Amino acid sequence: MAGATTAGRTHAPSASSKYFKKLSAKPGQIALALGIAVFLILFLVVPVGTVIYVAFTEKGTGEFTLVNFLDFAQTDLFIRSFWNSFYVSAMSVVVASVFALPLAYITTRFEFRGAMLIQTLGFLPLIMPPFVGAVAMLLLFGRNGTVNLFLDDWFGFKIPFMEGLNGVIFVQAVHYFPFILINLSAALRNIDRAMEEAAQNLGSSGFRLFRRIVFPLAMPGYIAGASLVFVKVFDDLATPLLLNVKDMLAPQAYLRVTSIGIADPMGYVISVVLICMSILAMWISAQAMRGKDYATVQRGGGGLAKRQMRPWESAIAYGAVLLILLLVLAPHIGLLLLSFATIWSFSPLPDAYTLAHYSRVFGESFVYVKNTMVYASIAGVIDVVLGTAIAYLVLRTKLIGREWLDWAATAALAIPGVVLGIGYLRTFYGVQLPDGTPLAALWIMIVLALAIRRLPYALRACYAALQQISVSLEEAAENLGATKVRTVRRIMLPLMAGGILAGFVTSFATAAVELSATLMLVQSNADAPLAYGLYVFMQSPAGRGPGAALGVIAVLLVALCTFASHLIIEKSQKAKAAGH
Amino acid sequence: MLRHSVAAAALIGTALFTGAAFAQSGKVTVVTSFSKDVTDPFKQAFEKANPGLTLDVQNRNTNAGVKFVEETKANNQVDVFWASAPDAFEVLKGKGLLQKYKPKAEGIPEKIGSYPINDPENFYSGFAASGYGIMWNDRYAKANKLPEPKDWQDLAKPVYFDHVAMAAPSRSGTTHLTIETVLQGEGWDQGWRTLKEMSGNFRQITERSFGVPEAVNSGQVGFGIVIDFFAFSSQASGFPVKFVYPTVTTIVPANVAVIANAPNKAGAEAFLDYLVSPAGQEVLLEPSIRRLPVNPAVYAKAPAEYPNPFKDSSLGARVKFDVNVSEKRTNAVDVLYDQTVTFQLETLKAATKAIHDAEAAIAKKDNADAKALVKEARDLVAAMPVNEQQASSPEIAGAFTGGKEKGARQAELEQQWAAFAKERYQQAQAKAEQALKLAR
Repeated sequence: MAGATTAGRTHAPSASSKYFKKLSAKPGQIALALGIAVFLILFLVVPVGTVIYVAFTEKGTGEFTLVNFLDFAQTDLFIRSFWNSFYVSAMSVVVASVFALPLAYITTRFEFRGAMLIQTLGFLPLIMPPFVGAVAMLLLFGRNGTVNLFLDDWFGFKIPFMEGLNGVIFVQAVHYFPFILINLSAALRNIDRAMEEAAQNLGSSGFRLFRRIVFPLAMPGYIAGASLVFVKVFDDLATPLLLNVKDMLAPQAYLRVTSIGIADPMGYVISVVLICMSILAMWISAQAMRGKDYATVQRGGGGLAKRQMRPWESAIAYGAVLLILLLVLAPHIGLLLLSFATIWSFSPLPDAYTLAHYSRVFGESFVYVKNTMVYASIAGVIDVVLGTAIAYLVLRTKLIGREWLDWAATAALAIPGVVLGIGYLRTFYGVQLPDGTPLAALWIMIVLALAIRRLPYALRACYAALQQISVSLEEAAENLGATKVRTVRRIMLPLMAGGILAGFVTSFATAAVELSATLMLVQSNADAPLAYGLYVFMQSPAGRGPGAALGVIAVLLVALCTFASHLIIEKSQKAKAAGH
Repeated sequence: MLRHSVAAAALIGTALFTGAAFAQSGKVTVVTSFSKDVTDPFKQAFEKANPGLTLDVQNRNTNAGVKFVEETKANNQVDVFWASAPDAFEVLKGKGLLQKYKPKAEGIPEKIGSYPINDPENFYSGFAASGYGIMWNDRYAKANKLPEPKDWQDLAKPVYFDHVAMAAPSRSGTTHLTIETVLQGEGWDQGWRTLKEMSGNFRQITERSFGVPEAVNSGQVGFGIVIDFFAFSSQASGFPVKFVYPTVTTIVPANVAVIANAPNKAGAEAFLDYLVSPAGQEVLLEPSIRRLPVNPAVYAKAPAEYPNPFKDSSLGARVKFDVNVSEKRTNAVDVLYDQTVTFQLETLKAATKAIHDAEAAIAKKDNADAKALVKEARDLVAAMPVNEQQASSPEIAGAFTGGKEKGARQAELEQQWAAFAKERYQQAQAKAEQALKLAR
């Protein structure tokens, strides 16, 4: 198991760690908390504050007021939007769970060939490149998409997959269920086999075993995923807008903030409401987990026992997995078709196929790919570092106000990317480097914006991972003379590795296709990531194919990285199992 | 963990260094809403004609572009703003973010259709023209047995119910101009009546201009109200779509302007000069661009069927478009449309459907009472919460300026207007349903 931590073992008891010991751990923790607080204030609170303070000012005088919130409560459209958003988010969690539970359970609990591939494929829906993803989805499931054209031809009816709120729920569930899948799988792998064996010895088996022992023990992972899905759907504006559903909160905020000449405070009022709702949802999920201990002491077992399936069981399992994968990967299949299609218009399948789109993007996509990899990986690293640190401070220390770090980081989920983008321009454009270039013009600002926007994902994963580790392991280490820093590095981090990696992958993959904040901050083509290149193509009829080709490249890129990290998880699991 | 933060800090450090390295002379930075298909040919041609100058194209949608220029004015790095919607340039001009420049060019007339090509104060210049029209997917129309529309009024016919799409005027400068054209062409009351009768047939009101041609190209929606070059370039890429200019259409120029305090002012001016030069105008004829040149002489090199607003008097000549009238009520018109149509689309469609059904029944079996009811229903749908004078009054305009003046808040007005429309649509639906019963 120690194989997971390799770095720095040789010079561990250095002078610095002795110094920490003398001071006791507390000041170190305070310094860490302060450091994170400064980072969050500088790159999240201040930039966003410069934009949304308008929500609290009175028209004409600029004085502090809450009248705008009264307007919010008195406007039918906003109230309707609020309940629509709430309904859609809750239903999306339900539908996403239906997709995620079987996949997670089957792949972690049984000897299942291709489990790793399924984990990777099941992760792909999260990487829906902007614009093209939606076009592909409409071409398949839209009113005149492949499925409905066939249905109409054969049976004379159509299914409104993509209409109204139900359409939003369908697309959101497909898009975000990987949050549940990835966190739940990580949690299932972390469950101590001894628990399960004890239950079996006591006569429990089958569904009862799952319901009473396995699922409750995996609860932190499930809650982490489900709360992310809820908040993300509540705050997402892209999908409703693409389906032309405008009476939801996030689209309302976006439409107001980005319209020319409408400088009213309501867009920011809605942003504040979104932020409060996100924090509330996270708080509720924290309350739900309170007073329960999910930690297990014994960690050598390498997760649940994997068992062989009987032939009929495996037939059902493969059938279920294939069906779910086919459904959730449909947008990507559509995307692939689109990238090879000449013309695809009001027909079940494209008229003809071509490689021309790939050859068009081949030359220029290199710089986009390189930028995307650099930006998304730095952002992912920043996110897991911050996420682990915040999780540690919240769960393992008694610092006053430590939850605020968690909530502030989570609030990032609710901030429309364009608000963050404008905030960065306002805060950092005035700051000049020696040669006169504004600070905001540097590509590192894009990275920081991405890191802030994706921090909640990594944070939830790290948080869940830490919740599953018993404090007594750390206490044991400290009793044996290890310093706090050493305990963290040698005990906690290795045990959390799976969760941290899950957090990294989620942050990395979603950062790789993020557009809304990026669009504000990109200052030159040489600094642009893939999503921006895609956007540039997708503004013209001739750009649809090349845009889809770039989208496929983005998805493949992220999929490869995901697959690689699954390999690493699997390897470390095997190493754990073999080592003990 | 410490090690990680050190690594991150090191990364940030190197980033600051490498990032600072680019700053070369001869670079002209252009913020544009135009797609790669438009900007790439211009970039190539311009750089070839002006050795030593490179064009750095930053693609942003019009709104984001305006916000960007505004937010970064303290330390401006942008030389040129290049986009379609004239009103975006008006906003920039109003905020003092543009620099006067009159491109050196010959043979460019004062007006195209009835619209002046250049800003009278020379803050921005037109380089290409476009008109609004109706685009449709031929396969879709054939499969649903729908006739080809000729004019705006055709789209209000019952056959097109749930088959039409348009971008929201608050989101698309060019759609806004179309709405304004109809309002000026037919008058405030009749104009809104036409607009609402048409909108009652809408399937979607998109938030991006390009959302409409995209939906028509892929066949998700049959008919779209779009700017001409979307249709022409879709045809050029092989999509089975057709396009028609209705009788009431404005031809409006797409514009370009030098940003105030441009770091490379000379380069920016060279780019403007190039755009309106004969060589630059010819680039517009490329199949992927397909916009109307503002230099009449260039049409000699265009393909045979290319529309020519300087010869074809039906294009844009019928409307007298008054920019001043439009400017005073821009926000009011956008918000009125959003509150009474975009966000009430479901109720409006329900009322429209009920009216269509009642009228179909009356056509089969005449009934005077039913007719009167339908007329009442139509009047209820057409009713507007404010009249023309109110819409351009300073009180209402002041509500949309954000924090500057005291007075009615935008949210208050919006709620009033939305409630007004919703109530009337529901009454209209009830009356039309009553009429249907009578005529049955």
